[in-house]
Amino acid sequence: MNAIDSVRDILTRNMRQSGIVIAFVAIVVLFAALNPNFLSPTNLTNIVLQYSYILILAIGMVMIIVAGQIDLSVGSVVALTGAVSAVVVVRQGLPWYVGVLAALFVGLLVGIWQGFWVAYVGIPGFIVTLAGMLLFRGLTFLVLDNKSLSPFGGTYYDIANGFLNGLLGGNGFDVFTLVIFGIAVAGYAVSQWRTRQGKIAYQQTVESMPLFVAKLVAVAVVVMWFGYQLSISRGLPIVLIILAVLIIAYTLVTQKSVFGRHVYAVGGNRHAAELSGVKVRKVNFWIFVNMGVLASVAGVVYSSRMNGAQPGAGNMFELDAIAACFIGGASTTGGVGRVGGAMIGGLIMAVMSNGMQLMGVPQSMQQVVKGLVLLLAVAFDIYNKRRASVLR
Amino acid sequence: MSTILEMRSITKEFPGVKALSDVTLTVEQGEIHAICGENGAGKSTLMKVLSGVYPHGTYDGEIVFDGAPAEFGSINDSEQRGIVIIHQELALVPYLSVAENIFLGNETRNRLGMIDWNAANRKAAALLERVGLAENPTVPVGQLGVGKQQLIEIAKALSKEVKLLILDEPTAALNDDDSEHLLELLRQLKAHGITSIIISHKLNEIEEIADRTTIIRDGRTIETIDMSEPGSTQDRIIRGMVGRDLEHRYPERASVVGDEVLRVEHWNVDHPTQIGRQIITDASFNVRAGEVVGIAGLMGAGRTELAMSIFGRTYGRNIRGEIYKDGKPIQIRNVSEAIGHNIAYATEDRKHYGLNLIDDIRHNISAAGLPKLAPRGWVNGNEELRVAEDYRGSLNIKTPNVLVDVGKLSGGNQQKVVLSKWLYTDPDVLILDEPTRGIDVGAKFEIYTIINKMVAAGKAVVVISSELPELLGICDRVYTLAFGRITGELPVAEATQERLMEFMTIERDQPLPTKESAS
Repeated sequence: MNAIDSVRDILTRNMRQSGIVIAFVAIVVLFAALNPNFLSPTNLTNIVLQYSYILILAIGMVMIIVAGQIDLSVGSVVALTGAVSAVVVVRQGLPWYVGVLAALFVGLLVGIWQGFWVAYVGIPGFIVTLAGMLLFRGLTFLVLDNKSLSPFGGTYYDIANGFLNGLLGGNGFDVFTLVIFGIAVAGYAVSQWRTRQGKIAYQQTVESMPLFVAKLVAVAVVVMWFGYQLSISRGLPIVLIILAVLIIAYTLVTQKSVFGRHVYAVGGNRHAAELSGVKVRKVNFWIFVNMGVLASVAGVVYSSRMNGAQPGAGNMFELDAIAACFIGGASTTGGVGRVGGAMIGGLIMAVMSNGMQLMGVPQSMQQVVKGLVLLLAVAFDIYNKRRASVLR
Repeated sequence: MSTILEMRSITKEFPGVKALSDVTLTVEQGEIHAICGENGAGKSTLMKVLSGVYPHGTYDGEIVFDGAPAEFGSINDSEQRGIVIIHQELALVPYLSVAENIFLGNETRNRLGMIDWNAANRKAAALLERVGLAENPTVPVGQLGVGKQQLIEIAKALSKEVKLLILDEPTAALNDDDSEHLLELLRQLKAHGITSIIISHKLNEIEEIADRTTIIRDGRTIETIDMSEPGSTQDRIIRGMVGRDLEHRYPERASVVGDEVLRVEHWNVDHPTQIGRQIITDASFNVRAGEVVGIAGLMGAGRTELAMSIFGRTYGRNIRGEIYKDGKPIQIRNVSEAIGHNIAYATEDRKHYGLNLIDDIRHNISAAGLPKLAPRGWVNGNEELRVAEDYRGSLNIKTPNVLVDVGKLSGGNQQKVVLSKWLYTDPDVLILDEPTRGIDVGAKFEIYTIINKMVAAGKAVVVISSELPELLGICDRVYTLAFGRITGELPVAEATQERLMEFMTIERDQPLPTKESAS
């Protein structure tokens, strides 16, 4: 392979990631042009609130998919954990945090249950979670006695509907929101700077200083604009903070930790991973435990947003989460995929649903479009891969 | 003798790379024509051009087959004309029967459009007889060994009325018996007027069977050697392949043998699923610092099973026996404990057990030694890149950078990545299982040089191989393994291929020679 090839290699490799980002930007621009309300502060806030639980599920799902498994049960787990929480808070009248802890605990048990069957009995995740999908849905019906349970009200309701607002005052805009976004941008800049310094210390090539600064400024402008839009609306959604913390934590875990590396190794070649000292069963067990807990977080957020628990809650959520991962560039055979990609994949679906709703596109048509987007995204991915392999 | 195939001035370019440049190949009717070249020289590309995988129009030059120009748009077109290619990785469906596989895609139907299985099985039986295989055509292919599967591929080719048979590394996965059988079959087919092209790294086979040999290097035809002429030896072919004389196929080494590092005693292993079937019986061996110890055995002798059962019990059940490291007894219950005891095992099957082909060189090199890069569970990415770059330099991995996916490297370079991975774990003992399988002569020499460097640094190396000249060329001492038993131990000075082969074929119920009669 010569130098030209390697340049091409880097381009095709980044094509998968950057292609998705470009598609995302194009969709946003399209809807902004079609509907002036699309980029309004209220609507941006709504997008975050409406799809946060899918994004939370996609974080766990992308790890499962990278490891070469799948989880079809998350929709039912969202329902079950929400139901347990509702029973604790609404029916028993216990404080909100007891409900949250109960939901998380149930999610943990679900994860241990599924992880055990996948990792230690050796049943494919597809089967275990297909069984789980039925099992946990049935348990939800049992727990709720087949009836909706509402309302939560109070602090529990604020988890998905509340805003941090007015803590530092402001005149027409919320200073606190802007301060938080400012800290986030500064943190991002510092971490990028340290990465760059580290690379220089190890004598790797880095982009030129003007380009580096331009990239930082571009990110800062977009983020601060988004923060400003939130601040002139209702302030900082609590859910956005939860989501941001999870995304940062899981990006670090998947990209920088030994455990994350092992997930990719198992998905890329299970036997090679085993012979390199990776404890494959442990990895499989923990990704399902992790998924169970994240599904319970999504369950809390969703039940809070709905201000109650319904027996049919979370139906088809698993498919949205899986679609987000595949649109975001994850491979169906494992070994490839990123948290960031899955988030953008999820946002593409969120933005499209929301944009089409604003335009009054009927529900039936929305489904058709979403299906086509999933198909085209994966087709684009396969086309890229084939081109890359012909280049060899 | 007439010419059956002429490929004139074939040039095939991929974006940025010229894979073939002005290649000419002439094959005579009824001959066995060998094509030799290092990995990446362009052999496979040439065969893909010939068989229509790269359709007409995507390359320059012309092909004349059987007296008429050949402009194939797909594999189907070339098969129509009687060209059949059998790939190294066999394309049989394991769950279908022998007859079903032979006629797959080529089924004979009766008037109702249904397959007449009786007729198909009868025809299959006739074809099996032609390739010398006494198997029932209704047996699922997955139950047969690789050698037999290879013969079924040939039977499949015969069912298509083949004129030109192309075999890509047909004996790479076969043991000596099966290889011999296959070569004999090629001679028979030749007697029936079928022309063969054989691509192989096993030069002794080529010397034995080929009428003529065309050598390809860097996408160009170097020469075509008439094998009946005196002086057409393996060395002659090697000279053409690497473009220089390889005076010594094995680098020189002065052995300085130190203390014993690893000793395995009374090692017994049972088959993982077939209860009561013993795979390794009472095997004992040792290896000392600065020493290269060979384990010679035929396929099925239990070589890989022995190594893997020691390396963290990754093979077998009911494992009994003792392992001593530096004189102290140790327990190895899983791979990370093996790595913790500074033992490394590089598998014989790089692609399935050694590498994550869809990840880059950097991550593959760090895979086994990751804890060293992550003292608190977080990987130091910069240090990781530096380590990978270091190994790229010191082991001469040919790649523009270490961010290239391992799947895109040639076999020799992939093997260097595997070795880098294990060297980074800082092992005292390295068990190398078929370290040079499927890689070309030049890269083999480099691998041997790396082995020499390891022992010079005081490490102990165990090499498992079925290539006896290789073991004789690089080892200090050789054990022979037959039917799960260690049947002999010879210092290399006393070992010859014949003596080793004698020990390697001692059957399960035959008594072992005593030490005296062995030396």
